[in-house]
Amino acid sequence: MGESAVIAGQAFNGISVASILLLAALGLALSFGVMNVINMAHGEMLMVGGYLSYLTCKFVHGPFAFLVALLIAFAGASLLGGLLEVSVIRWLYGRPLDTLLATWGVSLILQQGARSIFGPIGVEVTAPEWLNGSISIEHGAFAGMDLPYVRLFIILLAVVVLSLVALFIARTRWGLLLRAVHQDREMSEALGVNTSRVDLMVFALGTGVAGLAGSALALIAPVTPTVGQSYIVYAFLVVILGGLGSLLGAALASLLIGLFSAGAQIFMGVSLADVLLLVMVVLFIQFRPKGIVVRHSRALGEA
Amino acid sequence: MQPSCRSTRGQKFGCSLILMAACLVLSWAFPSAEAAGPPAKVGVLQSLTGTMAISEVTVKNAEMLAIDQINGAGGVLGRKLVPIVEDGASDPAIFAQKAQKLLEQDEVVTVFGGWTSASRKAMLPVFERFHGLLWYPVQFEGNECSPDIMYSGAQPNQQILPALDWAFEKGYKRIFLLGSDYVFPRTANLILKKHILHRGGVVAGEEYVPLGGTDFSSVVNKIRLAHPQIIFNTLNGDSNVSFFKQMTAVGMPPSKLPVMSFSIAEQEAKAMGPSLVAGSYAAWNYFESLENAPNKKLVAAYDVKFGAGAVLDDPMVHGYIDVILWAAAVKKAGSFDPNAVRKAAVQLGWTSSAMGNVKFAPNQSLYQTAYVGILQPDGMFKILWQSKNPLFPEPYDSLAFPGKHCILK
Repeated sequence: MGESAVIAGQAFNGISVASILLLAALGLALSFGVMNVINMAHGEMLMVGGYLSYLTCKFVHGPFAFLVALLIAFAGASLLGGLLEVSVIRWLYGRPLDTLLATWGVSLILQQGARSIFGPIGVEVTAPEWLNGSISIEHGAFAGMDLPYVRLFIILLAVVVLSLVALFIARTRWGLLLRAVHQDREMSEALGVNTSRVDLMVFALGTGVAGLAGSALALIAPVTPTVGQSYIVYAFLVVILGGLGSLLGAALASLLIGLFSAGAQIFMGVSLADVLLLVMVVLFIQFRPKGIVVRHSRALGEA
Repeated sequence: MQPSCRSTRGQKFGCSLILMAACLVLSWAFPSAEAAGPPAKVGVLQSLTGTMAISEVTVKNAEMLAIDQINGAGGVLGRKLVPIVEDGASDPAIFAQKAQKLLEQDEVVTVFGGWTSASRKAMLPVFERFHGLLWYPVQFEGNECSPDIMYSGAQPNQQILPALDWAFEKGYKRIFLLGSDYVFPRTANLILKKHILHRGGVVAGEEYVPLGGTDFSSVVNKIRLAHPQIIFNTLNGDSNVSFFKQMTAVGMPPSKLPVMSFSIAEQEAKAMGPSLVAGSYAAWNYFESLENAPNKKLVAAYDVKFGAGAVLDDPMVHGYIDVILWAAAVKKAGSFDPNAVRKAAVQLGWTSSAMGNVKFAPNQSLYQTAYVGILQPDGMFKILWQSKNPLFPEPYDSLAFPGKHCILK
């Protein structure tokens, strides 16, 4: 494998990691940006999506079972997210610390619940036949590179989901309401927008996307009760680095983080690369406290 | 039996549900068995909840089986054994707490338990303070030597280095070291590196992934670049699933690039789905597929108690043998006193066991045979290689820790 193939290979790995990060962080960015709610149980929505895909693949067979699993993961996670919003978060608006604690509690309950039901060791989703294998590049400058179909599929999924969410926000009536509430909650309310329904919709959409992330993750790693924990920190990093409530920011930040850690891992071990990544984010926040993309929003109290 | 239960009732929760159940079962099952003395309490301390439960519950089961069998044969020195089972909850601090509870409050005569090195290190000062005796059943990194612990699990020279012997015999001299980032893999690889270089091999690379890590894309890339002939894998738990999945995705399943794993036994293979890891190698001191009479008897007894198809593996059998050897040592010493028992244990002769012949060395670790096996699609290992004799256990590797020795009085 030549030098350019190594760099290209790591770039591909970086993009592949970024696509999972983006799916995990998208919902967080939405609920953080629009509702100003920090949902500590967001990682567990990912876990729920993973377990739902596992269950679906157990009962549904055939080449496209995994696509069904994706839909069920989305539906199940957004349903659970909606339930969480109605039963817990709605009652704690304007009390960020209480929300933080309550959702953290929910996260612990969900983790232990998963441990009781599925056991502490991970369960597996076997990738469908058509995702087995990889594209091998055998000639030219990138000879020796291997692009597994599974990772290509996840990248594609992330791009599709990002476009759909962007379209939804830009082109639909619900998207319009979402933008209105995001820009000025009180004014929208005064104009007759049912903000609590918008909140519910945003939250359910966000957790649903996290469910998709869990489903995608299940293709390359086992689903464990703590799978959400290992991604929630990175998801928060993406949201902070990208700028609160910005889709474009989240996408750019995921790419930046994915490529940076893949690049760093050429020269050092995984643990050290993680340390360096955190240092980089801290430094970046020093110079651009509002992240890559700065959105002006009254919802965040900076009018 | 009854008076013992009644006497402990006054004390806190000493007479736990388990003990009461054990009392009831025992008094019901052996109404006529003659017991000369009061029952002897022994501690069983494993993680029954948390991440380690998957492995440790089965070790507890094996230890309980041995205790049952001893009681069935009339107990030790005419006294029945009453197991007091405690949950270490996969947390070293809780292991230390429960060890103290067992020794101080329950006044057990000995404790069987522990799995992670962290749990052992946390319990060590407790056993030293109360002069208890801990029987530790899991392979570990060595580099420790205490009179208050009987180390039956393999020392590095009984598992890791024999695997290296085997690899060199097979012509695999370019070795990639991959592990989870904690004490066992780091120490094991420190020892391995010294021996690989000493014997003229090449360390193709060395990588660590945080415990529970799931992204191996960069590691897989580095392995491809390094062109190793074999990977020595000390990854723990679920990371193994991600690793094997991601290796297979880029066309490097264990059938193409051999992997020697030190933390995948029959239990783990079963939980992960053997098809994923089939064809990978493992080094242990016991495989369920071993063909010897004591093993067949043990497998049959275990299946009767825990259901047909229940799987046995190396740490479980160590846990079982610990109980058997403890009872033998008590008989030899004629006393339950931990100090007398540990001295008697190292004077026991060779014992024929499911792992082959074993015997405690003067350093309180176990002479045992090393085996290398290859995992079959049915989840059992086919044995490919074994050491000629049971190996002397060496806690301090001569290359990695020169000048250090374990001498116990």
